[in-house]
Amino acid sequence: MEFPEKLKYTKEHEWIKVEGGTATVGITDYAQDALGDVVYVELPKKGAAVEQSKGAAVVESVKSASDVYAPASGAVTEANGRLETNPELVNKSPYGDGWMFKLKLKNPSDLEGLMSAGEYRKYVEGKK
Amino acid sequence: MRYTPSSPDERAEMLKHLGVGSASELYSDIPEGITLKDRLKLGGGLSEQELMRHMKGLASLNRTGTSFLGAGCYRHHIPAAVKHIISRSEFYTSYTPYQAEVSQGVLQALFEYQSMMCELTGQEVCNATMYDGSTALAEACVMAHNITKRDGILVSDTLHPHYLEVLRTYCEAGGLKLTVVESDDGTSRNLKPTGETAAVVVQNPNFHGCIEDTDALTAKAHKTGSLLIGCVVEATSLGILKPPAADITCGEGQSLGNPVSFGGPSFGFLTTSMEHVRRMPGRLVGETVDVDGRRSYVLTLQAREQHIRREKAASNICTAQSLCGIAAAAYLALLGPAGLRAVALNSHRNAVYLSGRLGRLKGFKLAYKHPFYNEFLMKCPAGTYERIIGAGMTPGLRVGNDLMLFCTTEVHRKADLDMLAEALK
Amino acid sequence: MKTLIEKSVAGRTGVLPPEADVDAEPRIPDAMLRGGLRLPELGEVDVVRHYTALSRLNYGVDTGIYPLGSCTMKYNPKANEDAAALEGFADVHPLQPAETAQGALKLMHELEGMLCEITGMDAYTLQPSAGAHGELTGIMLMKAWFRDRHESRGKIIVPDSSHGTNPATAAYCGFEVVVAKSDERGNLDLEDLKEHMNQEVAGLMLTNPNTLGLFDENICEITEIVHGNGGLVYYDGANMNAIMGKARPGDMGYDIVHLNLHKTFATPHGGGGPGAGPVGVKRRLEPYLPAPRIIKTNGGYALDHKRPKTIGRVKANHGNFGVLARAYAYIKALGAEGLADASEQAVLNANYLMRKLAGHYDLPFDRTCMHEFVLSGRRQAHRNGVHTLDIAKRLLDYGVHAPTIYFPLIVEEAMMIEPTETEGKQTLDEFADIMIKIADECEKNPETVKSAPHNTPVRRLDDTLAARKPVLQWNMRRE
Repeated sequence: MEFPEKLKYTKEHEWIKVEGGTATVGITDYAQDALGDVVYVELPKKGAAVEQSKGAAVVESVKSASDVYAPASGAVTEANGRLETNPELVNKSPYGDGWMFKLKLKNPSDLEGLMSAGEYRKYVEGKK
Repeated sequence: MRYTPSSPDERAEMLKHLGVGSASELYSDIPEGITLKDRLKLGGGLSEQELMRHMKGLASLNRTGTSFLGAGCYRHHIPAAVKHIISRSEFYTSYTPYQAEVSQGVLQALFEYQSMMCELTGQEVCNATMYDGSTALAEACVMAHNITKRDGILVSDTLHPHYLEVLRTYCEAGGLKLTVVESDDGTSRNLKPTGETAAVVVQNPNFHGCIEDTDALTAKAHKTGSLLIGCVVEATSLGILKPPAADITCGEGQSLGNPVSFGGPSFGFLTTSMEHVRRMPGRLVGETVDVDGRRSYVLTLQAREQHIRREKAASNICTAQSLCGIAAAAYLALLGPAGLRAVALNSHRNAVYLSGRLGRLKGFKLAYKHPFYNEFLMKCPAGTYERIIGAGMTPGLRVGNDLMLFCTTEVHRKADLDMLAEALK
Repeated sequence: MKTLIEKSVAGRTGVLPPEADVDAEPRIPDAMLRGGLRLPELGEVDVVRHYTALSRLNYGVDTGIYPLGSCTMKYNPKANEDAAALEGFADVHPLQPAETAQGALKLMHELEGMLCEITGMDAYTLQPSAGAHGELTGIMLMKAWFRDRHESRGKIIVPDSSHGTNPATAAYCGFEVVVAKSDERGNLDLEDLKEHMNQEVAGLMLTNPNTLGLFDENICEITEIVHGNGGLVYYDGANMNAIMGKARPGDMGYDIVHLNLHKTFATPHGGGGPGAGPVGVKRRLEPYLPAPRIIKTNGGYALDHKRPKTIGRVKANHGNFGVLARAYAYIKALGAEGLADASEQAVLNANYLMRKLAGHYDLPFDRTCMHEFVLSGRRQAHRNGVHTLDIAKRLLDYGVHAPTIYFPLIVEEAMMIEPTETEGKQTLDEFADIMIKIADECEKNPETVKSAPHNTPVRRLDDTLAARKPVLQWNMRRE
């Protein structure tokens, strides 16, 4: 199971990569493993406002549908169009090509409450 | 009559295995205060023979015979084979096909149903049935709300009154705003959608029997970013009429292979384009392969449904009307394109003939000049209803004070239509 | 198997109507006519063989035991099929003048009365087509009740063990869904309920016996707690088969009840419907029921449309009459004693089966069950890597249908088994033997179970492909 160092993590198993004032969001390796084969991802539209800890996207597997909560508040700048034809990217490359959407951060302080890779790893291992 | 096979000895053995003296002891968790002490006041049971006698007695109190009633429920000839097909107990005693490996019969039958309904409506995807036309329409409106994020549903009073009532109930519960506009010419021509309108609803042919110009309405709707929902209540009309130019086409499937049966069971159909498929309520059968590469069928896109999404489901629908949909599929397969066209054409021609014959009688006049399919609204003199009843036939539906909605299907022959005209001379 | 369109041969015809014998030409403008109509062209024998072959790929109650928990797959009496098909029922139009449909109205009116007696309620509507439809009706009734009282209550409580339709229904009607926990005995946690219950809560949706197959002994206290706060209690009648003639939801304090006629009252499931979900209420909610209502007059039976407080219609026409007729026949045939006997036998069968299997699978709640019980495949999953899904598929190899799996959500690797009363001891013993054999296979030969089924018409299906690249009708091609 992977826990890339440079990312921050949420209790709901989302990751966020911050570069300046923009961030990229996706779900973690643990999450994609638990979901099973991803069949569809419903992404927010460009320009949509997302709120920290509120549902921003939905990821569907055959047997379940889970909300993807925004790790931080902001406005969506881009959604990963490739996921429409290739939802399996979320399983194959959850931190890379399986990214879900990018946003312009509203409050950089939102990131303070999030977990580091080490903290998230401990959190996940505690769940087992 | 009992359907519990275990003999008294077998029951005794089972009780012994559990270490109890009687099955009543297994109910010890039920508090004393709510345990029934006496038998329910239902009377004794009946033997099968007595039951059938009783049921026949009840059935005989209903009048059948020549009828000119339509208005949402249509008596067509159902090929004998349809009833035999859906009486195969492997179909009718099976459950929803969640264990696909032993349910390929129902699954393929529903896949074929979905395919044929798409052909009839000109849409890309059809779900595996809704309860009926009225609830299919209500759910189509909810879909439109979810797609457009708008609350307004716009419809003319040319929609079937029951459907209008159901829409009111569902819109009230779901927080949608229903606007009903009075028609000025018997069609939905005067509907004016706005930026708040999620969907414009048009029944075709409408409740008054008139065929609507859905192309014009769709253009109007799309200009304001609204969807057009076409609602077909007489499904055989799709045998000759162009399907509505709609974003969502729904309707009532009863006239395809299902008996009138005092209004149910039948089924609703809901069809749309692939763009909106994930907003569709109800079940969907999809094609796939098994581990050996065999083509097979399975319920798919279930993540939309209540058993997974729970409070976020597209709808709460669970059990639908599968067997009725399969009856419709068998009906369409047995008729084929030639048969369905003939049924539709005959239904229409009988209506043209009847409207002509009645129109020549004193006091009878067609309410509208619009083209109709198999129903027409006619102004009638007082006493029309009683005279038809007196002649041993079932009249059309009375609408307002002096109008009657007459319906004909391929089941009517010239003699039946002439008999009605004679009775009203 | 090939689809109908693949078997189609141009020029074949099936059942055609006779030539129209009226001299009237069609009068529809060309612009309104359709172009092509691509339906299969087949002879009657082709179609009959096609569906016969399909039916032979399908398993039904008439094939064998169908122990789906929460579905009550009991035997569908054939007399009821014949009764519903009588011409006097099949050909009568819902809008016929009441005087010409007295048989249908009488049947429905009597059925309403019978359901009232069985459930301890005061009035029924027969309009809803299914359980979920009944639930929707019930929640709409709740809404109307509070609106009439000018009370704004935005929440509904459902137990964590509830069927998915419960929260889906509540959410559709604009209620916020609050989940209450179950306790270690499998009952609703009273303390958790008390914590959630306040003036904002419209009511509680609860089935009893619950989805674990257990009778919640605290039910009277539960309904008191809800009533004490001015709320209403809704009974999901899916599990009514356990208690007919033994106890009644009306006596437990429930205000609104829905029944599943295609479960408890032996009407066929039809591969996913049609069913019927009548809704019963206590007297105080009767004014809100869908209109029209069937009333008895001096002359017979009539429809009463004067219902000022009605929530309106939930469906066109009267309801699934053909299904109602079958349920009516069932109740008439069994009578009071037969219904009580059916429930007792259902409970006996379930407990018998549960005891036979208890040593071989984990039993999350070791107490007397009602008409169904829940096992957990936890042991097999942790020890042998075999999951409940695999066990279900392996059952198919032995020619029986699997139980309900992965429901209720609160039990790990859940298997919910409901034999119903129409299984005899012999079938139960056979089913138990198969389950025990499979438990053994999990230990000794897990691969066989994990790759099951082997003997069915098709083997395990690729659900992922079906969902990722949907092909939903025969004109769609997968790229």
